[in-house]
Order: sequence, then structure tokens, then C-alpha cells
Amino acid sequence: MTALIQGATGDWEMVIGLEVHAQVTSNAKLFSGAATAFGAEPNTQVSLVDAAMPGMLPVINGVCVEQAVRTGLGLKAEINLVSVFDRKNYFYPDLPQGYQISQFTQPVVGKGEVVLDMEDGTERRVGITRLHLEQDAGKSLHDQDPRATYVDLNRSGVALMEIVSEPDIRSPDEAAAYLNKLRSILRYLGTCDGNMEEGSMRADVNVSVRKPGGALGTRCEIKNVNSIRFVQQAIEVEAARQVELIEGGGAVVQQTRLFDPDKGITRAMRSKEESHDYRYFPDPDLLPLELDIDWVTDIKAGLPELPDDKRARFLADYDLTPYDCSVLVAEREIAEYFEVVALGRDGKQAANWVTGELFGLLNREGRTMADSPVSAEDLGALIDLINDGTVSNRLAKDVFEEMALSGKSALAVVEEKGLKQISNIGVIEAEVNKVIAAAPEQVAQFKSGNENVLGWFIGQIMQATGGKANPGTVNEILRKKLSG
Amino acid sequence: MVALTDLTIAEARDGLLAKEFSARELAEAHLTAMEAARGFNAYLKETPERALAGAEAADKRIATGDARALEGVPLAIKDLFCTDGVATTAASRILDGFTPHYESTVTQNLWDAGAVMLGKTNLDEFAMGSSNTTSYFGPVENPWRRDSDNLPLVPGGSSGGSAAAVAAHLCPGATGTDTGGSIRQPASFCGVVGLKPTYGRCSRYGIVAFASSLDQAGPITRTVRDSAILLRHMAGFDPRDSTSVECEVPDYGAALARPLKGLKVGIPKEYRVEGMDPEIDALWQKGIGWLKDAGMEAVDICLPHTSTALPVYYILAPAEASSNLARYDGVRFGHRAENDGELLDMYEATRSEGFGAEVRRRIMIGTYVLSAGYYDAYYLKAQKVRTLISRDFATAFESVDVILTPTAPGAAFAIGEKEDNPISMYLNDVFTVPASLAGLPGISVPAGMDGDGLPLGLQLIAPSFDEETMIAVAAAIEARADFDGSAAAQAGKGA
Repeated sequence: MTALIQGATGDWEMVIGLEVHAQVTSNAKLFSGAATAFGAEPNTQVSLVDAAMPGMLPVINGVCVEQAVRTGLGLKAEINLVSVFDRKNYFYPDLPQGYQISQFTQPVVGKGEVVLDMEDGTERRVGITRLHLEQDAGKSLHDQDPRATYVDLNRSGVALMEIVSEPDIRSPDEAAAYLNKLRSILRYLGTCDGNMEEGSMRADVNVSVRKPGGALGTRCEIKNVNSIRFVQQAIEVEAARQVELIEGGGAVVQQTRLFDPDKGITRAMRSKEESHDYRYFPDPDLLPLELDIDWVTDIKAGLPELPDDKRARFLADYDLTPYDCSVLVAEREIAEYFEVVALGRDGKQAANWVTGELFGLLNREGRTMADSPVSAEDLGALIDLINDGTVSNRLAKDVFEEMALSGKSALAVVEEKGLKQISNIGVIEAEVNKVIAAAPEQVAQFKSGNENVLGWFIGQIMQATGGKANPGTVNEILRKKLSG
Repeated sequence: MVALTDLTIAEARDGLLAKEFSARELAEAHLTAMEAARGFNAYLKETPERALAGAEAADKRIATGDARALEGVPLAIKDLFCTDGVATTAASRILDGFTPHYESTVTQNLWDAGAVMLGKTNLDEFAMGSSNTTSYFGPVENPWRRDSDNLPLVPGGSSGGSAAAVAAHLCPGATGTDTGGSIRQPASFCGVVGLKPTYGRCSRYGIVAFASSLDQAGPITRTVRDSAILLRHMAGFDPRDSTSVECEVPDYGAALARPLKGLKVGIPKEYRVEGMDPEIDALWQKGIGWLKDAGMEAVDICLPHTSTALPVYYILAPAEASSNLARYDGVRFGHRAENDGELLDMYEATRSEGFGAEVRRRIMIGTYVLSAGYYDAYYLKAQKVRTLISRDFATAFESVDVILTPTAPGAAFAIGEKEDNPISMYLNDVFTVPASLAGLPGISVPAGMDGDGLPLGLQLIAPSFDEETMIAVAAAIEARADFDGSAAAQAGKGA
């Protein structure tokens, strides 16, 4: 699904690659034992190593390595049993060492792949070039004081996984789908919380344009875009800029740019920051990272069922559309909730309740699946009550809302509120007779061929029974009485 | 009655346990000597309160029979080791005002063994030098002077302060660090024993880093026995240093009496450099004779890549240093230039003001050899040649147990000499650098004097983690050389 730009000289194709920086979920940093929790008071989670005090040395945190390997396996990528940490040298106040420990020539993870399920039902494959581990830098706050920049080193040394995609992406929508899928995989694995607002996942976007079938154009890198929506906007704006530039007779200069969401433009970063020679060399304070194949195999064996596999299984085991499946597997918590509800029940019905009523409720209350006010078991029980005729489908929605407010089970709410469906033929017959007797005009309309007035009758009976009459039974008895 | 400052570490330890004198008396004697000998500029900082407090605590423990291995032994610490609560300068202006609130592992090991700190010794700035003339706090004077003139001489470097202090009896022992020869060469110039252990033997945690793949802490003492005693406590695995090796620390003292009969000493022909000082060569021959006398066999060996070692070192060490010294930027600690300009102006002013000429020179060399377009030709190439140098030694050690060479190409030179030519200064390291590049242990033992009454040392190099054989052979040289260091001791008393 390529989105072509219509330029003055013809169509242009966008060629996009994404470099995602994902903060590793771990208690301690990559090379120090300091805490990684978000939101702490400035400079309270900084060890001597993170502050680069004289004589301090890095020591690898095995948990971070495990998380990177787990992620690599989740991306169906090659795990490199030998990898090397390199120093990336540059000066900035939020980089206390004056270098970042990263991996340049030999990353821990090699080639892999992410499968995108596009909205039109097609499948796109985006290649992963590599994944490596590196230290995050601290934060520079320029807006605290007009004449000073404040530096918070809490983030300095936190483990990042840099995940580099092949330039296989061809549109802003594909880029969004890629980021969503990647985020979903990371969250399934528990290796990164994918929280772009908190900065635990950031994207650098590489954009170039070319005539379809032509050679690759010069790319520009848009750094540190921190929402999926902004990534889409940045791509549109940058691709358009490049097309206009080229068609106007200019040439795209390879440079680093920033996306300004307020102005809706990208602008070049100041030139000083561009001309960096990082002078990469292997970090002499660290040994090469050597992984045991058995250790990697054990991690692989312990992986949870990932979105693609779960989606395929849902498609096979439940009577659901591919779209339903995609929605249900987007988050592991949703999928797990759904499966509890669907156990021994109709999958489609369960899916409708989850994606309909439950999602509606969660959205209204700003809650996540993790703190859903209605448990999966309770929702399942409600569905049982619908299916055995205890409560009507319509009233079940009210029951559901009450369950969310009170925390009570479906049966308890139905009984307390007296919402049990009336299916007793005798009772319904009595109500039907009453309504028919009181509405001779409408009876005449029906007899003269107006089928629609049946709805009016049903409405009256529902009103009279407080909505509890079994609509199927009402319909049956009404027809019989009216026709006879 | 021997003066307390004339005691070796072994003698001091034994005397304390025998209650011949107190730790307090021992510390006081050294503090007094230090005060009187300030002219040498060997100490950057004297820590009398700490020394006396430590001595008092030691006396209590000795009295109750709880003495640890080095209880009450006073030591000097090279000012490259971070010492908790005591200013640490690396002899540089850029660490102005810096007091670490943490201790290096090596010094903590010594305090845990009961040793007591006399003060921090002077060094070449950031350990970069072979003369201790690059210190921000002025040069150190060698307690030795030539018979022929009265010029002040360099003690060697970078651990010049430590070597001079030991030679002048201002401490019975000191810590140093050795990257390309910075323990061994000053030991040779000052007529004392200097030991660089195998890379990874001692922890680098808390030592201001110069070149990460080369730096090693080691003892400087007046006897081989004392170096074995100190090494035993300085060494050991440290999980806070990823390059520290998990390998048991043997009782190095026990190695002193090892019989040497049948062991082979290698004599590398490449160390007989062109234009070599004939006195050095003569001493080397004497050394071979002593070891034969001890029952060893002398074997000619080849270390074919020896001549490449100095250029390789002067590519790799500055490269690592250029990166290790990037953290000295005025942002978090130390000197920050008064500056109204932007960030880059602050960085440039701070580092230009804070670093001396030799440090700036090496940072620039290091940056250059790592830069795009030069990395392959310089840094990568040097790393490859380094492997060849290591292999030379590995091959040699298949046929010999130790290697004997001179430590330095000559004796101590005058302060001010060789200042105009950095390259001639670098040539001081020609015999010590190869073992550093190969990560091998080396020791310099004072073996004789030149015609002008200045000390000359002989170097032994051993296989990785075989400090024991090295110490045993060193003891044999020491016994036969019967070196007399009293001239320096006298100078210490009368400076």
C-alpha cells in the first residue's frame, strides 16, 4: 500500500526507515545499579558510574542483555552470540562520560522481521536490520531559567534497545502500523512499556523520496519524534518538502532535522551538531559480550505467544473476522481477557462484548484492561445469563454498567434490580391481550397489511413490562394473536 | 637502634608486633621526615591527622592481639587513587577542588589490612610522563644526585613522587600505577623496587583512568620482600572492574625462597638497541651472571616486534586517554573556566586552562588516531601489532620462565633536560612498554650504579599471573646486587 506523492513532474515514492529507541524494562541501568523508575526527583537516581566520576567503571547488567535477546527473538531475528560494546564519543552536558557506550560494528541482534496487518487486509513485511544495546543520556532542561540549562542525570545510563528497520516502509500509515506492531510486540514480551509520552519509546525517522522504480534518494533523519501521530505528520511534511525541493531544481542535503508539531514543519538542526565524528572504538573497560547458546534457547522457550501467532490461532479457533482478531491481539491483556470470556462460549459474541461494551466503558473511564472494573469471569457469566434467557440482550447492557459501578456479579445485579427476563407465556399472553384490547386502531392497521405497527405493539408491551419481556416470545405471541 | 624511617615494611610489621615501638611512633617519625624533606616535592598532600588516627587505632588492635597483616604500616598513595574525603588531583588543575566520597578498591584493600595513610604523592599529570615534570604542582626531585655535578634530577615518572618518597625514606612503601612503565622506570631512576602486576591482577576501580587496557596499580618499596607483601593485599578480583580477573591471590612472600635451579631466563636480543649506553649493557651482563650463579640457564630469545612497541603504545594509550579524559569538562566537578560564552566556549576554556601541555598533546594525538579516515591506519593497525607483540612473548615463554632486560636506557637525567623534545622523553619507556602492551607482569630491581653514582635497574618480565616466579628471580638479583641506597636515604634526612 504505497502512498504516492503527486508532484509537478510526476509521482514520487516515499522511502522510510525507522530507528526506534526503546527503554529496556529493568530495575537497574545498563552498566550501573542505579534505579530506572520514571518520574523521580532530579538527580536522585544517579550512581557514581552514571555521573562519570573519576575512576568509575561500567559493569554490565545481565537483565538488560536478556531483555535485548528476548526482544530479538520476538522479532524473529538472529542472536549474535558474540557482540562488542563500543564508545561513541561526543561532548554534551547530559552525557557525563563524554562518550556513550553503544554497539557499533557487532550488535547483539542481527536481521529480523515485523509483519504488519494493514487495514485493507493486506500483509506487509518490514525487515529489521539490527538491534543493539546502548546507554541513554540524561536530560537537559533549557526552559527552567533564561540564562542556564539544568541537567538531570536520572536517565543517564538507562538501557536502550536501538531497533533499526530496513527502509521498507512506504507511507505514513505503514510507519504507524509498524510502530504500533513493534510496541505491541515489546509489551507482549515485557521488554519495554512502549510509553511514548514518558519517552520510553522514541523514533528517529529516515525519509527520502524517489521516482517509482528509481534509485534511492538522499535521506534526511528526523530525530526524537515522540508520538505515532507526529511520526506520520513528520513523514508527510518532510517528503513534501523534499519533492518540492527537487522539483524546484535543488538537491536534498543529507542532514539531521527536527519535527516542529506546532508549525507542522521539519527544520535542520544547528550545523554544529551535524558534523560529528564519533570516533567509535571498542570500550576497553568491557569484555566482548559472549552469550551461551543454551541460555538463549531457554529464553526462546520461555517466550509468550506473540501477536502474530495468537492472531492466527484466534482466526482458526474462534469464529472471528481477521479484523476482530487484530483488535483482540493488539494488547496481550486484551487477548487474555477475551479468552477467559470466550471459554466455552461463542467467540463472536464474546468478541462483540469485549470490543463493544467493555472497550466503551474503559474509554469512558480512562481505564486500562489491567484495572477493568468488570472481570473476565463476571462478563462471561453475564453472557451466560443472556444465552439462557435470564436477561435480554438489551437489558444486559444496563446490567453491565451496574456491574462496573457496584463490582457485583451479573446474577446479583439482575436479581437486585429485578431485571429478570419474563419468558412465562401466561404472563406475556396477559400483557399482549391487554395491549391489543386497548389499541383497536393499531390492530386494524396491522390486519390491513401494515407490518411496521408490530414494532409499536412490541414497544408498548416492553414499556408495560419494564423492558423485561422476552422479545422473541412477545413477537411470537403477538403475531399469533393479531393474525388469528 | 635503627631509625624508624630506615625500616622496611617487613621489619616495621615485625617490630610493631614485637612491641619494639608503637604505630604512633612509626607514623610520627615518617611525618617528621616528610616535613623536613618538602624540598623534594614528593608529597602533594600530607595527611597527618589520618596517619595518627590510623596509628592509634592500630596500636589498640596490636595491644589486644587483633593485628591485621599490615597493621600500623604507614604508606604513601600516588595521587591518582581516589581516597575518600581526601582531595585527589591527578596532579592536574582540572581536578581543582575535587574530593572523592568513595575509595579506590586497591587502597581500601590496604586500609582493610591495617595500613595507615601518610599522604598523597606527586606524579606526572594524569600519569602521562616519564619524569614527573608535567605535574601542575611542580616537579619532584630525585633524592639521588650525580657525583659530578649538583643538578636536581628527575625521579622518573609518572610515579615519581612515590619512588622518590620511598628512596628518601619518607615512607617504607608506596602505591604507584604503571601504564607504559610508570612504576618500573621511576623505581630504576630512584634505586628502589617497582612492581607492575599482570593486567587484571589489581582492580582499577577508583583509580583515575589514563589508558584502560594498560593501567595497573602496583607497589613501590625498598625490597623485593616488601613488594611481595604489598602486592598480596593490593591484588584481588573486584566485581566493580569488568577487566579484573577472578584468580586466586597466592602468598607472594612464600615465593621468595623458591629454588631457581634449572629455570631458564630469556635474554632478548632486540633489547640491545643501537647506541645503547655501555654501562647499561655491562649491568645487564652482570645480571645474567648473577642468575647463572643462582642455578639458572641463560637462553637467547627473539622478540621480533620489539621495535614497534613504542609507536604502538603512543597510538593506543593516547587514544584511550582522549576518551577517558572527556569527562573532565567542568560540568559536574573540578575546575570550570569563568566564561560568558556558550557551551563550547566553556568546554574549550575549561579544558585548555585545566590540562597541561603534555596532556593536551596526548588528547590531540589520541583524537587524531581515532578519527574518521585514520582509525584503520593507526588505531586498528596498532591493535593488530599489539597482538603480534603479545605472541612474541607467548612464544618466548614456551622456552623460558622469565625474561631479563634493563629497565631504562639510562640513569636519571636533569630536570629541564629533554623538555624540548617529547619524543626523546617517550624513548625512556622503550624497555618497559612491551610488557605493558602484552599485559605481562614486570618488576624493576635496583642492580647497580652508573659512573656518576646514579642507580640503574634491571627488569624481569614473567608470564601472565606468574608474579611468583618473577619475585623469586628478583630476590636472587637483589641478593647478589647488594645495592646500597643509603645516599638517597641520607638526602632524605638532610633535604
